[in-house]
Amino acid sequence: MSATPIWKKFLRVDIALLILACLLPVVDQRLHLDMVDPMRGVMVFAILALGLNIVTGFTGLLHLGMAAFMAIGAYAFAISSCDIYPFQLGFWWAILFTAIVGAFAGVLLGAPTLGLRGDYLAIVTLGFGEITQDVLKNLDVITKGTQGINPLPSPHVPWWTATGFGMLEFTSEQELPWYWLFLAFVVLAVVVCRNLERSRTGRSWLAVREDELAARCMGIAPVPVKMIAFATGAALAAVAGGLWVSMYSSTGEPGNYDFQVSILALCIVIVGGMGSINGVLVGSIAMLGLANIALPKIASAMQSAGWVSSGSVFGSPNNWKYLVFGLVLVVMMRFRPDGLLPAKLSIVNSKKKKVVEPAS
Amino acid sequence: MCETLVAMILSQTTAGATSVAGAQVAMGWSDVLSQQLITGVSNGMIIALIAIGYTMVYGIIELINFAHGDLCTLGSFLALTLVGALGMEAWSGMGGTAAVITLLISAAIFCGALNWTIDRVAYRPLRGKPKLALLVSAIGCSFILVNIALFWGGLPMEVFGGGNQAAAPKDFPSLISNENLLGARSAITVTWRDLFVVIVTVPLMIGLTWLVKSTRLGKAMRAVAQNPTAAALMGIDVNRVIGSTFLIGGALGGFASVIYALYNNTISFQMGYRTGMDAFTAAVLGGIGSLPGAVVGGIVIGLVRALSDGYIEARWTNSVVFGILILTLVFRPSGILGAKLREKV
Repeated sequence: MSATPIWKKFLRVDIALLILACLLPVVDQRLHLDMVDPMRGVMVFAILALGLNIVTGFTGLLHLGMAAFMAIGAYAFAISSCDIYPFQLGFWWAILFTAIVGAFAGVLLGAPTLGLRGDYLAIVTLGFGEITQDVLKNLDVITKGTQGINPLPSPHVPWWTATGFGMLEFTSEQELPWYWLFLAFVVLAVVVCRNLERSRTGRSWLAVREDELAARCMGIAPVPVKMIAFATGAALAAVAGGLWVSMYSSTGEPGNYDFQVSILALCIVIVGGMGSINGVLVGSIAMLGLANIALPKIASAMQSAGWVSSGSVFGSPNNWKYLVFGLVLVVMMRFRPDGLLPAKLSIVNSKKKKVVEPAS
Repeated sequence: MCETLVAMILSQTTAGATSVAGAQVAMGWSDVLSQQLITGVSNGMIIALIAIGYTMVYGIIELINFAHGDLCTLGSFLALTLVGALGMEAWSGMGGTAAVITLLISAAIFCGALNWTIDRVAYRPLRGKPKLALLVSAIGCSFILVNIALFWGGLPMEVFGGGNQAAAPKDFPSLISNENLLGARSAITVTWRDLFVVIVTVPLMIGLTWLVKSTRLGKAMRAVAQNPTAAALMGIDVNRVIGSTFLIGGALGGFASVIYALYNNTISFQMGYRTGMDAFTAAVLGGIGSLPGAVVGGIVIGLVRALSDGYIEARWTNSVVFGILILTLVFRPSGILGAKLREKV
């Protein structure tokens, strides 16, 4: 190991990203980059991936059904706030309710399954994701099926409006208020994750991840510890879902919360570095930047160069997403399993020498 | 509950009777049930053939080979390409049989070779790393294969609809007759296709059992499954044995892909996910790692799907299958026929 370069000692990735995020709207306005809109998606997925990072990164449980919790959050937000239902909570109460429902759903899934070993647990979470999607689609009496629930309330915050200081109501057309709101939520989520990581619970997560047997010997009960991770991760994912649907003022169809979304979240965590909060932030910029900004730009460039026609299968950027996600997973696992910004305690590529595999 | 069930069966019966306008015999509930069972077993045999691919790989390197279902998708797409390129729809008489055999063999070779390559490129470098890394890599491979199938569907050929609607499901020409073997007046339909499924899958399963039980390679496979280190110490080339497992599992998947396409007459680039999950559920239900378990599990899942389509509602069928998967994993992870394994830490 070489010594840490001097610039790395002073570089705080999180602070740097926060400054860049604050500068972006100004720069965007001057240069007409149209980056504010895609950045909102990046921030929602960052919250989702921070949730997954708690489960997969900190606790070492592969979770393939994060989209389900996002969907549960989206529908919890919609049902608690939309005026066709009796509850009609305001935005802030609905978001709080969403987080609680998400955590509850996490416990509900975790309680019977957390005793399972790694790969079986992964499959159970995948199945849970598929069943959730089917249930949302088929119980159309409650969820309005493929139409989605709308309209949904948007937040009121005290702000300087045209008429002076007062309550500002967001609308779907405005981009900037949502941008700042989501940024605030990302900052909050990062603070929560960072504090949790250093707490007693967080240290138990890492202990269970590194060696469950040793953790048990130290008096940590693995199942409750994993359960807290599941619940926290699910709550974050649910909040991400709630924010997302609030921005569009509609839940959209249940098919939006499919396996591809879960895998996108997994890609973010793996690209960034499992267990690394800064990594997740960088990963969400990289992955969504690739999927939602770079791919459409490349596709339109290729179309204008006349290489592909817009009707051809290669012309649509959506048709490349599977390939990009797949390659990211395979290549990262093969060449850089710790991600772009590895966590201090690495999970996949631990330098621990495995002597001999014990007999099956 | 009971009334609704009866009502559903009755509506099924009337629907069955009106749709087969030529048949004078109205279908009784037993006929409906038998029909569901026949469809279920035929689909179950296909699922079983794919499930063997999952169970073999899991048995030997404890990897849920996520890409296996999508491998089968590519097998079907290759078959459709061959049908289009060689004009197989026009082959008649013995030519039809020749066409089916050509498709089966070429898809098997293709899928076997592709599965071996995937293992060589994506999985072998990760041996000895944590198992989750391997699983993530397999999910990645699955996504890559899905995308290849999507692009393949955009091929400018007539069988692919001229390549304009790449993502749309493709019609697979019916090379095997849909004629009822029991005569046109029979209430129950057993077609040449049902027979074809059984004729192809049963010998394959018997052959595989013979291979695993009685050949040198089979013995080596069982040894590696039991303990890779000890097997290596005994002079077995572990990587070669794992490679052959992927080759054989992939080839069986290739057979299954052609049978699936000929039986169902429609293929799409996303079908691998669905069939793959069915097959994986079958493998888990039967006891993952066990070959007879995969066959039993496959047939059970086929029957469950058919009965759920018939008596619950088709839109809940996938949830039913996933429910079975989760319940099996939670309550009996060793499956129906699997040995009771003590979890090693």
